[in-house]
Amino acid sequence: MTKLPKNKIGNNHNKSNSKSNLYDIVIIGGGPAGVSAAVYSKRFGLKTLLITREVGDDWAGAHKICNYPGFSEISGKDLAEKFLEHVKSIGVEVLFDEIKGIFKEKEIFEIKTNLKSFLAKKVIFAPGSVRKKLEIKGESELKGRGVSYCANCDAPFFKNKNVVVVGGGNSAISAAILLAEHASKIYLIYRKSEFFRPDKILLNVIKKNQKIETIFNEELAEIIGKSKVEGVLLKNSKKILNVNGVFIEAGGLPDLGIIASLNVKTKDNYILTDENQKTNVEGFFAAGDIIHNEFKQIVVAASQGAIASSQAYRELVQAKGDKDSPLTQY
Amino acid sequence: MVEHINSGDFKKEVVDSKTPVIIDFYADWCMPCKMMAPVFEKLSGQYKGKLKFVKINVDENQELASDFNIQGIPALVIAKKGQEVDRIVGYAPEEAIKEKIDSII
Repeated sequence: MTKLPKNKIGNNHNKSNSKSNLYDIVIIGGGPAGVSAAVYSKRFGLKTLLITREVGDDWAGAHKICNYPGFSEISGKDLAEKFLEHVKSIGVEVLFDEIKGIFKEKEIFEIKTNLKSFLAKKVIFAPGSVRKKLEIKGESELKGRGVSYCANCDAPFFKNKNVVVVGGGNSAISAAILLAEHASKIYLIYRKSEFFRPDKILLNVIKKNQKIETIFNEELAEIIGKSKVEGVLLKNSKKILNVNGVFIEAGGLPDLGIIASLNVKTKDNYILTDENQKTNVEGFFAAGDIIHNEFKQIVVAASQGAIASSQAYRELVQAKGDKDSPLTQY
Repeated sequence: MVEHINSGDFKKEVVDSKTPVIIDFYADWCMPCKMMAPVFEKLSGQYKGKLKFVKINVDENQELASDFNIQGIPALVIAKKGQEVDRIVGYAPEEAIKEKIDSII
């Protein structure tokens, strides 16, 4: 194992700056990118703060994760718990709070949360994405009354019932497979003509499962029900399916509202970064599902978090003019 | 202070409660429920004497979950004399829960 400098930068900041809320790095997000960045930053000896609303979000609802090295099969919940254990075990400071805004003045970032305000020399922004909603009639009215965004949480409530899963990615396919263990019939509804993104291994499972019926080229027009879901109206065929559950697995959307003042460059609403996870704003890095990258995977996000941390560390050492730093090893 | 209750003490703890009650319907398999737990615990201290905080494990109390038509967890149900007044389903940040509580009690 490479020997790392002990608090080389972090301690000096503490001594030279009376503001105890000045961090070398503040990391936003408790998913794989944020956690990985926190582990590296802590081990680089940087004064690190991880702020997250939660550790694990939509990916933590994954029924089974089978493509993260070291785990042939693990639930999203268990992996999220292991991530949290890891950062806590090495002493990373973790704050569970909501970010209200991130601002930059000269070289320093200010991160405002619900309750506090923090200063940072570098920010690694890895908040993931927020669940995409269908924005159709009945969706918000019947949330928790048959409409669900977490198959892992809610599948057991639909024992021997008919349900719909909306989406065409790995999360939708996984949700259908999980629901088949409880529900009697699963309609998997996807707006395109075939599946492009899911793993072949998952597609083979749903093909063999007689409870799962896939309907392509279709979308939901409305979720029907008064106090609970009673059916869905299909947009193209105008058919009504009698179901009690609607599981929405239509992917995520980036939420960039809290960094509006930074003028970070984006493409299709996702943040643009270089190979070192740098954005166009000096000192502001981005990693994970928030960045423009087709291959949104836990392992990819984790690697981006590590790269962002490494680059931030490199810049902090360079700014300090520390010629003897072992940064060249990274 | 958060108490775990079941169908046996539901009447005493919820229906006969002098203060309104907020019930956290949860399960051990549910990650958002685990994330909600510390927030719920924290809020129980802030509303002491005004609102009673209880938890119901839906696995062990399927009848109660069914009575409240719980189909998504975590579900925070606010009840007065055992009757539901409002609910929040899914993980919600502290501020959102407080806002909901304050609008009711």
